[in-house]
Amino acid sequence: MAKEILQLTVNGQPREDAVAGNLLLIDYLREVVGLTGTKMGCDGGECGACTVLVDGRPRLSCLTLAASSAGRQVETIEGCARGGRMSHLQQAFHEKLGSQCGYCTPGMIMAAEGLVRRTPAPTQAQIRQALGGNICRCTGYVKIIESVEAAAAESAA
Amino acid sequence: MSGRPPPEAPARKKMIGERVPLIDGIEKVTGRANYTADFLTAGALVGRIYRSPHSHARIIRIDVEAARKLPGVVAVITGADCDKTFGILPIAQNEFPLARERVRYRGEPVAAVAARDEASAEAALRLIRMEVEGLPAYYEPAKARVLGAVDLHGDRPGNLERDVHNEFGDLAAGFAAADLVREDSFDCAEVTHVHMEPHAALAEYDAERDRITLHSVSQVPYYVHLMVAQCLGMDTARVRVIKPFIGGGFGARTETLNFEIIACLMARAAGGRVRFKLSREETFLTHRGRPRTQIKLKLGMARDGRLTACACEVVQAGGAYGGYGIVTILYAGALLNGLYDIPAVRYDGYRVYTNTPPCGAMRGHGTVDVRHAFECLLDVMAAELGVDAMALRRRNLLSAPTKTINDLMITSYGLPQCLDWAEQASGWRARKAGLPPGKGLGMACSHYVSGAAKPVHWTGEPHAVVNLKLDFDGGITILTGAADIGQGSSTILAQAVGEVLGIDLTRLSVVANDSRITPKDNGSYSSRVTFMVGNAAIQAAERLKDLLVAAAAKKLDAKPGDIECLGEMYRVAGGQDPGVSLNEVIKEALIDSGTITVKGTFTVPREFQGGKFRGAAVGSSMAYSYAACVAEVSVDADTGTVRVDKVWVAHDCGFALNPLSVEGQVQGAVWMGLGQALSEETCYHAGLPVGANMLDYRVPSIVESPDIEVKIVESMDPNGPFGAKEASEGALSSVIPAIANAVHAAVGARLTRTPMTPDRVLDALVKARRAAASGGLKRSA
Repeated sequence: MAKEILQLTVNGQPREDAVAGNLLLIDYLREVVGLTGTKMGCDGGECGACTVLVDGRPRLSCLTLAASSAGRQVETIEGCARGGRMSHLQQAFHEKLGSQCGYCTPGMIMAAEGLVRRTPAPTQAQIRQALGGNICRCTGYVKIIESVEAAAAESAA
Repeated sequence: MSGRPPPEAPARKKMIGERVPLIDGIEKVTGRANYTADFLTAGALVGRIYRSPHSHARIIRIDVEAARKLPGVVAVITGADCDKTFGILPIAQNEFPLARERVRYRGEPVAAVAARDEASAEAALRLIRMEVEGLPAYYEPAKARVLGAVDLHGDRPGNLERDVHNEFGDLAAGFAAADLVREDSFDCAEVTHVHMEPHAALAEYDAERDRITLHSVSQVPYYVHLMVAQCLGMDTARVRVIKPFIGGGFGARTETLNFEIIACLMARAAGGRVRFKLSREETFLTHRGRPRTQIKLKLGMARDGRLTACACEVVQAGGAYGGYGIVTILYAGALLNGLYDIPAVRYDGYRVYTNTPPCGAMRGHGTVDVRHAFECLLDVMAAELGVDAMALRRRNLLSAPTKTINDLMITSYGLPQCLDWAEQASGWRARKAGLPPGKGLGMACSHYVSGAAKPVHWTGEPHAVVNLKLDFDGGITILTGAADIGQGSSTILAQAVGEVLGIDLTRLSVVANDSRITPKDNGSYSSRVTFMVGNAAIQAAERLKDLLVAAAAKKLDAKPGDIECLGEMYRVAGGQDPGVSLNEVIKEALIDSGTITVKGTFTVPREFQGGKFRGAAVGSSMAYSYAACVAEVSVDADTGTVRVDKVWVAHDCGFALNPLSVEGQVQGAVWMGLGQALSEETCYHAGLPVGANMLDYRVPSIVESPDIEVKIVESMDPNGPFGAKEASEGALSSVIPAIANAVHAAVGARLTRTPMTPDRVLDALVKARRAAASGGLKRSA
């Protein structure tokens, strides 16, 4: 397939890449940009592991064409840290064991990031709703909810 | 003038019993953790597998010529390229990496291609032709066992992979002594692990040196190493296996899997690097899950609730190949014992070959469905005798230390404390009878091994080896082959070493799972790592500490026996001298010696390795975990929907080396059981997996998952590392019957099938109403 120039911003860095029209955003991020933090967990739209933020909103990068992100701001798990220090959500997922095997974690944190930007002090029901499309097979979700709550509390402090 | 008081001792770091975050957690939350598919090795070819569209057929011809000629295709391989079988049990290796002569399930690998890009690889698959002569296919054990059925494997007539018949105690006397005997049948669906990371492998063949390197997703890398060498006909010294970060396992990856060997065969055929990324659908096909299990259970009980006898028949639909099957069917019988005191037990187990993807080990290996049946029947009998379910369990407790009638050694037993907590925390006594219609409380207990006492692959080596390296920089590297699959084994080993040496994680790092560097480990299965590798790590750390104490003694001109280790400081005990820092002690220790390496090992003593009867090793362990669980449910009688509102679970893990981790493991295990209870089931239509995706195979989402309150019970096992035992599998099997019993408490319906989907709940409700109506008629008649 013919390639076209894609201009967008990934984790604050403007980029210009030649990509095929059928290239998925996840493959663009992983194989072209080299950001392998975003994970593929299913055959498309089933598990949420590939969640990234596009213009601040959670998107499944496995169901998004890279070309459709032209001119937009894409954020991945690699863009969460500031000055080499983890974000509140990352810190909380680490300290509260919101992450066990870690494979769902990048998508889970990005979905939670999308939530707390809109709703800085989410209720448990809001957390459940926002993460409803993200499957975790290790934690039973209990410590994921605790992690998001702890991060929101830390951000408010 | 009185002497100065001894200087304040610097605090020795306490590393166990602490809520320590995962040692590799930062990599996971920042996206820096590299899983197998994350190695973007330049020039790696794309590997793809051609799978059988037939359930059971004789292969006449596989035509790959057109695929081979396609531009962009580098290599195509078939069963003709490997005539060696593989399998996790040395006595039951009957699977070829790529089918030869016969295919036995839809989705079985038949050929593989390696191409320069995905499009070429996909196009090549479409050009492969398979000519076959169809054979009758069997998807249910009863049909596979019918007289005249075609045998899947020539050496297993009647498609019976293994039958087990064991009787312990006087069964006839036990049932004769019973005041109440009840029997029921249960049917538990096949379920699968759904680890979040789909299967993947990266194989690299060095043609100049005839060496192969495999990155893969294994829980037991050394065994993959052996199977790769066996199937490629290579010396094991030419093989290197690396396990990077791995996105869950739950038993799926304890067996060597066909794609791991195919990747290596392909790398050699293509003369380079090949990357296989299996789709989620292919991952379902390669599942090795918990088999569909049909159970007939009969229990005898005295009027006071004491068990007098148990007879249990189990049939497992094992799928098309041996895999772990023999062990699974043995586990199902062995752990009828070890939870309660039962004077007589008979077990008849049948592992049957079927034309479906092979089953294997899944969290709670072999024991989960049988425990479900047992705890459900206990609930029925308790109600009939008018004995409270908690009280009934208390009448059947073991008293540790003891040896069960099938020779399991029980050295610590925290079940009474688990029951006490679950009863109180859930408000069992006060709330059980008073809940509104449609709401119910149910309870059940369970247990599991802390490592299989005898490894499946018996070589005479120690059961666990840990190496420690101390060098000029003062850093201590823990070298282990134990596979951290997300359960946190690397963290636990670091905590154990830190505790012995009195130091925190700043000096410690863990290097795991590279066969070129790390010692062999039997792998992450049967909840063995904390117990066995933990004990080996303690021994290694103690040996290192002895060297450091000797060096400190030399430096301080004292006897080693007088040296006190304070972690970062060593001094003469009770002396006035502030002592020397660990850095100085290390410098002293390295004089003449250079880099220090020490080794710790652990082997389960013979007396714990099971009795003398055939299959006795399976189920034997050096320690058992215990759990008691209460589930509160709401049942919608109109839709049949079951919602679990809350779960209370107490787990006896001996001693919680890391309470944060124990809670996480127990919550995850209970939640996984909850999925099996309510929604998880693999489905096949004529052997074709339907719903091999994460929407149709319903893993519970965060929306419907309840709060799971965990109580850690510490029975301090005499042989566990610092008293610890299993903390990841034992609680799983209690939640399924707890939910079933709660559903009965809520709406009066008994379900004997799992999962308890809305349609099955409605069926059971109708049956319950009819039974009540006909009972009413009888009474009035």
